[in-house]
Amino acid sequence: MSSLLPPAEKVWWKQPIDRVETVWIVIALVWCLIMFFMMPYWHVYGEQNYSGEAYRTTPQAFTAKVGEMVEQHTVRHETDRMIPVVRPPAGSDIYLLARLWEWYPVLELQKGETYRLHVSSADWQHGLSIQPINVNVQILPGYDMVLTITPTISGEYALVCNEYCGILHHAMLGKLYVVDN
Amino acid sequence: MKPLFRTCPETGLVWHKSAESLIKANAIAAVVFLAVGGFLGLLVALTRWPALQILDAARFYQVLTGHGIVTLLVWIIFFEIALLYFCSAVLLRCRLAMPRVAWVGFGLMLGGAAIAAVAILQGGSSVMMTSYVPMPAAPHFYLGLILFAVGALIGTFIFFGTLVIARDERTYEGSIPLVTFGALTAAIIAVFTIASGAIILIPTFLWSVGYISEIDPLMYRLVWWGMGHSSQQINVAAQVAVWYAIAAIVFGARPMSEKVSRGAFLLYIMFISIASAHHLLVDPGVGTEWKIFNTSYAMYLAVLASLIHGLTVPGSIEVAQRRKGLNRGLFEWLRKAPWGNPAFSGMFLSLVGFGFIGGISGVVMGVEQINFLIHNTIYVPGHFHGTVALGTTLAFMALSFWLVPVLFRRELIWPKLASWQPWLFGIGTALQAFFMMGAGTLGVSRRHWDMAFTGSAFEWAYPGMAYTMMGLNGISAIMAVTGGAAFVLIMVGTIFFGKRKDIPADYSTRRPGLLKRGPAEALGSHGSIGMKGLATPGTFVLAMFLMLVFVVYYVINYAYLATLWKIA
Repeated sequence: MSSLLPPAEKVWWKQPIDRVETVWIVIALVWCLIMFFMMPYWHVYGEQNYSGEAYRTTPQAFTAKVGEMVEQHTVRHETDRMIPVVRPPAGSDIYLLARLWEWYPVLELQKGETYRLHVSSADWQHGLSIQPINVNVQILPGYDMVLTITPTISGEYALVCNEYCGILHHAMLGKLYVVDN
Repeated sequence: MKPLFRTCPETGLVWHKSAESLIKANAIAAVVFLAVGGFLGLLVALTRWPALQILDAARFYQVLTGHGIVTLLVWIIFFEIALLYFCSAVLLRCRLAMPRVAWVGFGLMLGGAAIAAVAILQGGSSVMMTSYVPMPAAPHFYLGLILFAVGALIGTFIFFGTLVIARDERTYEGSIPLVTFGALTAAIIAVFTIASGAIILIPTFLWSVGYISEIDPLMYRLVWWGMGHSSQQINVAAQVAVWYAIAAIVFGARPMSEKVSRGAFLLYIMFISIASAHHLLVDPGVGTEWKIFNTSYAMYLAVLASLIHGLTVPGSIEVAQRRKGLNRGLFEWLRKAPWGNPAFSGMFLSLVGFGFIGGISGVVMGVEQINFLIHNTIYVPGHFHGTVALGTTLAFMALSFWLVPVLFRRELIWPKLASWQPWLFGIGTALQAFFMMGAGTLGVSRRHWDMAFTGSAFEWAYPGMAYTMMGLNGISAIMAVTGGAAFVLIMVGTIFFGKRKDIPADYSTRRPGLLKRGPAEALGSHGSIGMKGLATPGTFVLAMFLMLVFVVYYVINYAYLATLWKIA
């Protein structure tokens, strides 16, 4: 039962290492380094990165920004709750608010155009999960998260909340449209 | 009062009476909480089975909060305290430091767990294990967790104190055994973990009673995960120590190299605690460089440590088996291993499951950009059922099949059921992990009562396969819980009704003899076993297979990511 006993050799740290261990450590280390450098590599050459851009905000300030956008660019309303569908100009700053228990408003974006998407929460923590492409980010109150997005596939997307936010968490579902030019 | 010792004639282990009682108490508490937590887990899985959905929303979130806290924290930490006392006092033939204080720690853990349980049962604290601010829980929810953590911290310092006593009273020769070294690694990580917990939970408690006006949600997440993630790293270190212990108990295995195995544990101590970042990869407000450095444990050095143990643990078994004459071909040593012995089969399933399911998924989802595809989906619980249930819990169960009969001096009851138990629990949790990861890949959320979004303004349907996977997860959970229940029954049955072993409880004040070094091995004697100059060719092939799966899965994820919207 040697792993339960003190090492056999007095100076155990000077014992030679078996070849199989040395070979494996080298292989494993090389793979670890490849994985490490892959992340900065993707920041430079990949096209799916969050830059880390974020600002301090308050629920009041952020809600005001959302309201301004909705006022200027609403094109129609949907569902019996009359949720505004907003079609902001390509290249603009667009706003999405998470609050108990909805995503506000519905955004309609143009395929291939780039937008600066600001997301924040008016109350508790939420999770923005864009389906079916399955892109997920964390939304915090007090933080204005900026994702520079270019939707490359047109269609209808669901915005699911995937951070637990209370009893109607499961009903917090929004929409986003990507339309061809 | 002089310390009392007894020597077990069967195993040669020396039991200090106070240590023995404390190990018993902590182990029993652990098993009781495992039973509770496992039952809650079954309710969760059956609710997430769309065709059944047995609980309503409020009850579901309450039960899910309970399941997380009871299994991830309470069961595991009680068992780990028992393990720390075993690896110090028993393995080093030493008296336990300050047993009375250790009992205070035990009481605090029990009381804290009870207070948190009451808070959850009252219904006002369905905030999930993570209790992210600003969603409030009842003040005594945080208080219970704080008391539990203080108790665990006391247990950790009892362990350190015992190591000091063993050294001071020269109860052993040379350096501490590898298994104790692994336990020491777990204990050091535990101090960091509990400190993080205190730093965030104490202010949050004060916030909940109105003394502090605001807790920043990002700061909360950063520090909370210093506890939440690191506590799982305690588990990794403890479970690897258990793997080495079982290899030694069942096969008489010795480490292939003390230097390599201990070096790998040292890498855990140095790098594993920075992994709080795994949970903040798609959070606003933390920088890219910070994310990359921390999520990769500097440069994946803690992953390197696990990969090393992944070779050296089965490697040590292979060497021991080949020396016994099972030296033919690549895998004779493994084919002829005692698969009917639950201590071995549990340990080996834990090792393979942790590596292939928990380990690979964990590293891949912890890649900064790939985390976009995984964050907060049910892939995440899939991953950690692969690590904590299949890895840690099964390893602890496996050790218990050997330890509990030795500790309580009773024969294991229902040995046939015991030999099936690791397969039931292991395969059940492995399938659960697999199906949850599959459903998560299709976008299904974690912590979500209704994947059909009943009652929302809009409609959205996940693919049919996602529904199927959640159903299969429910079926797998039934299998896993059956295995878990079998474990609890066997343990309780053995403690109360197992046939008494003919081992007298004669404690004496005489100091036990010095713990001598392990038997020396002739230099270069590996040469007579193995193939092509490798002492453990079978293990090497298995390790290379793991590496192949790892690389392929990693590349697939990046390739899929590249097809998505552009995000910058």
